[in-house]
Order: sequence, then structure tokens, then C-alpha cells
Amino acid sequence: MSYLPKPKFRHPDLPKNALGYTRRDYEGSVSTLCAGCGHDSISAAIIQACYELDIEPHRLAKLSGIGCSSKTPTYFLGQSHGFNSVHGRMPSVLTGANLANRDLIYLGVSGDGDSASIGLGQFAHSIRRGVNMVYIVENNGVYGLTKGQFSATADAGSKSKWGADNNDSPIDMVGLALQLGATYVARSFSGDKHQLVPLIKGAIRHSGAAFIDCISPCVAFNNHAGSTKSFDYVREHNEAVNALDYMPVRSEITTDYAPGAVEEVTQHDGSVLKLRKLAPDYDPHDRIAALTYLQKKNAEGEIATGLLYIDPEPKDLHAHLNTIETPLNHLGDADLVPGAAALEKFNAARR
Amino acid sequence: MPKPLERVNDFVIKFANVNGSGSASANTLFGKIILRMGVPATPRNIFPSNIQGLPTWYEIRVSEAGWLGSRGGVDLMVPMNPQTWDADMASVEPGGYVLYDSTKPLPPSKFRDDVTVLGVPLTEMCNAAYTDPRQRQLFKNIMYVGALSALLDMEVEVVEKLIAEQYWGKDKLIKPNIAAMHMGRDYALKHLPCPIGLRLRRSDKVGDRIMIDGNAAAALGAVYGGATVCAWYPITPSSSLAEAFASHCKRFRTDPTTTKRRYAIVQAEDELASIGMVIGAAWNGARAFTSTSGPGVSLMQEFIGLAYFAEIPAVIFDVQRGGPSTGMPTRTQQADILSAAYASHGDTKHVLLLPEDPKECFDFGAQAFDLADRLQTPIFVMLDLEIGMNERLSAPFKWDDSRRMDRGKVITAEDLESGKPFGRYLDVDGDGIPFRTYPGTHPTRGAFFTRGTTKDAYARYTEEGPAYIENMTRLMRKFDTAKTLVPQPIRRDAAQPTKLGAIYYGSTSAAMDEALDRLAGEGVQLNTLRLRAFPFPQEVNAFCAAHDRVFVVEQNRDGQIRTLLMSECGIDPAKLVPVLHYDGTPITAKFVADAIGEEAAVVPFRKAVS
Repeated sequence: MSYLPKPKFRHPDLPKNALGYTRRDYEGSVSTLCAGCGHDSISAAIIQACYELDIEPHRLAKLSGIGCSSKTPTYFLGQSHGFNSVHGRMPSVLTGANLANRDLIYLGVSGDGDSASIGLGQFAHSIRRGVNMVYIVENNGVYGLTKGQFSATADAGSKSKWGADNNDSPIDMVGLALQLGATYVARSFSGDKHQLVPLIKGAIRHSGAAFIDCISPCVAFNNHAGSTKSFDYVREHNEAVNALDYMPVRSEITTDYAPGAVEEVTQHDGSVLKLRKLAPDYDPHDRIAALTYLQKKNAEGEIATGLLYIDPEPKDLHAHLNTIETPLNHLGDADLVPGAAALEKFNAARR
Repeated sequence: MPKPLERVNDFVIKFANVNGSGSASANTLFGKIILRMGVPATPRNIFPSNIQGLPTWYEIRVSEAGWLGSRGGVDLMVPMNPQTWDADMASVEPGGYVLYDSTKPLPPSKFRDDVTVLGVPLTEMCNAAYTDPRQRQLFKNIMYVGALSALLDMEVEVVEKLIAEQYWGKDKLIKPNIAAMHMGRDYALKHLPCPIGLRLRRSDKVGDRIMIDGNAAAALGAVYGGATVCAWYPITPSSSLAEAFASHCKRFRTDPTTTKRRYAIVQAEDELASIGMVIGAAWNGARAFTSTSGPGVSLMQEFIGLAYFAEIPAVIFDVQRGGPSTGMPTRTQQADILSAAYASHGDTKHVLLLPEDPKECFDFGAQAFDLADRLQTPIFVMLDLEIGMNERLSAPFKWDDSRRMDRGKVITAEDLESGKPFGRYLDVDGDGIPFRTYPGTHPTRGAFFTRGTTKDAYARYTEEGPAYIENMTRLMRKFDTAKTLVPQPIRRDAAQPTKLGAIYYGSTSAAMDEALDRLAGEGVQLNTLRLRAFPFPQEVNAFCAAHDRVFVVEQNRDGQIRTLLMSECGIDPAKLVPVLHYDGTPITAKFVADAIGEEAAVVPFRKAVS
């Protein structure tokens, strides 16, 4: 890790997005994670995705729990409000924030300890409520900040750095998200920026509960032989079901694809996801088939990645609650306080 | 046999029923009739943690003098539950009355010879009149109301009018209910010595007061306080608060044309998620609350510490029940004072509001949101089961239309644009309260990182000792500021100067009012201070200093407010005499007056030897 302050100097010719911001405007402070940590690659992918999507930094709120992954919101989007909450409880804080202002983008960043162990309940319930959010789990199968204990996503049979076996069954976050009704479910790998950036972009533009399980090897405690979350292991066993290109609203399609090999999915906001099929029979609109496919791949020792499931017209929590379009935190006395006359009527009915 | 009791507008009637038998609406109706005759009456539900089958009681204290606290004892018993017959029979005061269902003959051993027994064959009459089993059950309840109306000499027009009001909108039910009431009434008039010694007589002592439970009142306070987000987890005795908020919002916050809602209510998966959602919503600029009870507050501890340390508003309605652990879920206590005041690890302190009745539940329910925003910290509103779940006569609620929400120190986009400096935890005004920005305010200014870790005045992570100390002392400064903003204590002095004082709070008020009256009658001069909030304003120290002995009356075992008086105000423990009632029933005037009266007669040891 580096103690150097991040230089403010920027190259004058740095490319700018439609808002006039450079990629560096989406950065945060210098990472204090270990050199080579997968999490830093995910932060970079988030920065890239937000830059390319022309997101006004202050229109996004980033929330996390506790752990290495939950520290990362400090390292991206320095102009955005951030909230480093308590261990395993980011989902409830994010849900409340979303209830207060439905107009912002909510990015929840968590880890496998934070979301699969202490926070499994909150993870599950935020997904099943359909909170409009991007929920990224930076999954390394290990507790990094407390130095190398197994987490609940560690595969049975994987070995710790010190040779101990993990005998407990792993929790598959993607499988859970599918079962619980997430409307955008993806898995990726921190080492595959080309796959990850479009998945994050698609998730940000999704108007429901979007979940990304991103395998992110821990260079300090879980990158050894015998680990199933090491860079080498994940590279060898990564089986992408599709490759995604994100197309903003009304953008001209310039790439040529072989007929039948590409599916276009238009999301609620009009943006288009172009899915190039890699597994010929995989259908990302079939929740049940997706679950079966994932379990099959898992049994074969392979890690299925890509956009695993999408419902392009999801209903979110606000739709379920029938809240007004104006964010609740914009409402004033006239909208909220019934007044003295209404109170007198209330009194009269109780005499 | 002692002389049968003879009292007008001053007695206790108690119904013993089986949970789920539909008795509640008949009993409520009975209470309303009394009020409509202008006589103050206080109903109490005594119920188990159960939905169907277990015993439940409904007690009404009729008091023309206006005493609203529990009295203890029963003058007229209506034992409709065979399971509790013996205990119910034993609870009647000598000279009292029992109205029972005489369908099935009972052996003489089941009765007492020092009470007047009045039998009405309710089951037999119902079976003859109705074929549907549910009707037989429900009309039996209305029938005994009819019989009582004759026995107590109640105005039958009022009874009929209230039945019509009760079933307003379900008009088909009005006639059969009135008919059933008359069946009971006619039987009593014909076969029983009507009226008995206990009677109701029209009065004008109710005034413009309203009848409402504290939970519904607090929920209405939340509506008027501008709360838009409610996250909660069901727990007795607080569930009806969130449910009342839902029903108030349906009425007051739903767009009549689009049906869109200007509020959001989420039933969370547990109390941790409830308070997490409240904190997330309040961080994002909405007014948010949760309602819970002691076990819920225990579960919320970590989050409450975060809200204290990161300085996020939150309103927590704690409707206290009997503890510890699962304790007595359907009984009342004031036993969460300490766990709320010092909730969470590390050095934390929280603001508590202590409402005495539905009126204050409403007032404090609204004010809590202003305080939470102004102080940027959790605010507890400490109800208890006694005032939360029981309907109570209360002063009507008032609202000043010129009042505006106080959103506290919030920096706007315009402020930031004009270059106003911003440090999230910077004490600009010297009152310990910093400024905040809502997320999404300005594209390039005013963003900060909220965290539970130690930070400097600009919200940057630091573990440097001086920055930590500065922050912690500023939080104390803020807590001192809170003393000036919270509802101030109310002092009431005895007719003559005295060195005896009493401190009390919350639902103890009703019993205290009555006890003071009795003590004054017995010549005990007692000044009182009713606490309405923690932290304690300076006046509390002054009150303690001005008295040799101060009784601290509360409904818990350990004298929790007394502990706070010792630890926060440095009051000499020897001076603070605990008066503690904690068996789960509401404290009574008799208990308070007996305890204080006895102690008042004792010369304190220190005085005796000095």
C-alpha cells in the first residue's frame, strides 16, 4: 500500500466524457489494499463504467459494510457521497437510502464475509424486495482484514494458506440471487476487465435489483495452490456463457456480428445490451434453467460467468410500495403535514 | 354479608374473557357508553401473548374524579371464562358484584357469600335466539352489555346510538346487535334487582378530551412530524404503532387521484434491518423511524452506536414491556431506560423523550423528528405498554399551522456554489452540532464519506488521539445542547414548603396525580418534578439540591432513572429514595401513596444522627 497522496496533476489532453469529466474525476483516494488485490481492479472497472456512462458523480451513492471490499468505496468516485456502514448491514442502509430518494443510483459494495456470512439475511431480503441497486460482492473466499480465515463462499475441499481444509459447503451467491428474484444476475472475475466493465454498466442501467458476484482473488491469503479462488484457478476454470457489449440509448450499432450469435436486450431506460453467445444453448431469460446450468457447471468444477439472468422490465421496491415519483426527501410541510383542521376532525371522531 | 357497595361514577368493572371470542368490541363499546355519558373511564386490556384460547381481561375504571391510573381491585366482575372463574371470583372486593352466565348450574362452593351474584342465562338465551355458532358467541357479548346497562342504570339511548356508530358502514349489523342488547337488558330488568348499588349518572367531566391509545397517537405524531420512511419488525407491544402509521398515512398521505403514496413503510426482516433502513433513509435526507420494544433495542445496539458516532438522525419509538430477555411481552414496565440511554458499545449517550399520555405521545412523536434533525442523532421516544396499547382519555391534539419542520443544519447546493466552507464534523457554531449535506446535492462540492470509524472534522479517517478527543468532546457539547432543546421537566409544588420531593416520568403520571391528592389529604407535603426527557436539564439538579429526600418513582427493579440521576447529575444516592413497582401491572396510586406515606413518616438516618 502507498501512503503517498494522490497527485492532483492531470494531463491536459485526457479524454473527457459527455459531461466534460475525465476518467480521473471518477477516482477516489489512493487504495490502501495490498498491491495486486483483485478489489482494486473492480474499483477500476467501476470508475471506467461510470466514466463511460457519463454519470454525474453526485447522482450516485456508494455504500458498503465492513471488510477489505467495503473499504474500496473510498478508492473510487471521490465526488459521490459514501457510507461505510456496519458489518453485513449495507443492504438495509442502502434500502433506506433508496426509499428516501429514488432518483439516485445506489451502488452497494460488499464482500463474501460481509454478504454471505454475517450479512446473508440482509443480502437475501434486499434482493427479494427488488431494491433498485447495483450490488457487487467482491468474492475472494477469505477474510482478508482479519488475516486469512475461510469465508462462507470458500469451496469445500479448498485449502487455506496454512494448509487447513475447508469442510463446509460453500454458499453460492449467484444461485441465491436467482432464487430470491434478482432481475439482473451476473458473475465475473476481477481479472477480466473486458467482461466486467459492460456487466457493471448494464447493472447500473438496470432498474431493479442487479447483483454481480465478482470473484476477486486475495493476493495475501487466498492465491495459493489448493485455493479455488486464486488467479490461476479462476482463469483455468472460467467458462463465460456470453460476452456483453453495452450500448447507450439510441447509439448507432457499428459492430458486425454473425447472424443468430447475438441477442439484443433493451432495458427499461432504452439502453441496449448486446449479448454474444458463448455457450450455445444458454438462455439468460430462463431463471430455472440458469439455476440448473450453474449447478451443473459447479459440479464439473467450472465457474460460469457472464450475464446469467436478466429481466429487462423489472419491478422495484418503489413500484411495490406505490410511492410517488418525487423523491420522499424532497417533500415539504405542505406535502406531509395534514394540518390543524384535519387534526380537529381526527379529535372529533374520538369523542 | 357486608353491605353491598354503593357508588356512583366511581368503581372498577372487569370482564374475564377468552382470547379470540369477540369480546373486545363489546367491552370497548361498554367503555364508550360510559364516556358518552360524560363520565371519565379508563379501560385496560390485560392479555396474554396468545391469539386464541388463553384468558384475557378488560378492566374499566370509572372515576368521576378523573383518576386515570389503575386502581387495583374489582367492584363488579363479569367472569365469562370458566378457566379463570375461581381467581376472578376471589378478586372481587367484599360487597362487590358478579354478573355471570347462569345457563349451567354451578355448585355453591363456586360462589362467595360476601358478594352479590347476578345470573343471566346468556348461553341459553343465545342458543334459543340464534343458530349460527359464531353469532351465538358474538351476541352473547352484546347481551351482557345490555344486562349491565340495566344493572348500572345506563342511558339506553346512548347504548343504542353507540351500537349504531360502532357498526356504521355495516348497517346490516346494527339492528341485530341492538336487539341482542335489549334481550340482555330486558332479562335483567325483569329478573334482577335493577339498578344495583353501583351506578352511572350523567356528568360533564369528560369535556373535550379524546379517547386514543398512545401508539396510535405517537404514529399520528410521526405523520405530523413529517416522517416519510417507517421500517419496523413486529413486536408486542409496539406493532400497533407502525400499523397505525400505515392507516394514518393511507388517510393523510395518499394522492386521491393517482393513489400514489407520499410515504414508504417496510416490514423488515428483523430489528437490525429496521434501524439500518431508518439510518440509510435519514442519511439521505428523509425523516425516518422505527417502532420496537426492549428486545428490538437490544438487537439495534450496533447501528445505534453508528448513528450516534456518524451523527445521523433516527427516531426510535420504544414501547417498553416487561424484561429482561423475552420477559413479559404483554405486561408493562419502564425497564429500557438504561439500555436506551447508553445503547451501543463505547462512550455513547442518547436523547430520550418520556411521554406521560397519548397527548404527549403525539407531541413528542412529532417533535422527535425536529430534534433528530437538529441534533443529528438518534432520539428515543419511550412509551410503555400501559400508555401505548390502552385507550386513554387525553387532551385533544393541537397543531399550529404556522409550524415548519426544523431540518437542522443542512448545507444546500446554493451554499456550496457560493463557496461556503464545509467540514462535516466541524463545530462552526460552538454548540457541538456540525453541518451536513444530503447525497446528490452538488456535482463537485459537499460530498463526504460517512463511516463508523474515527474521523477528523472533515470526515477523513484518522486514529490520531487529539482528533479523536476533539470529536468526542464535541459530541458531549452537542449532548449539552440537547438539554436546552428537549421538553423541560414540569415542577409542581405542594401547598406548603417542604423538603420532600418526588421525581417520576412517563406512564407513572396518572397514578402519581391521584397519589399526590391522597397524600395531601393525609398531610404529606410533597413537591414533584416530572421528567420529560433525558439528558436532564439543569433544573433537575436544582430540584434535588432543594430537597432533603427525593422519592424516585419508576416501574422497574433497578431504579434506572435513579441511576441516571446519580451518574449524570452526581446526585447523592442516599438522598434518592427508590419507589419501585415492577410486577408487570401498571403502577397504582395506592402503591405510590403507601410507599411514600410510610417513608415520609421516617426521619432519615443521616438527619437523625447529625
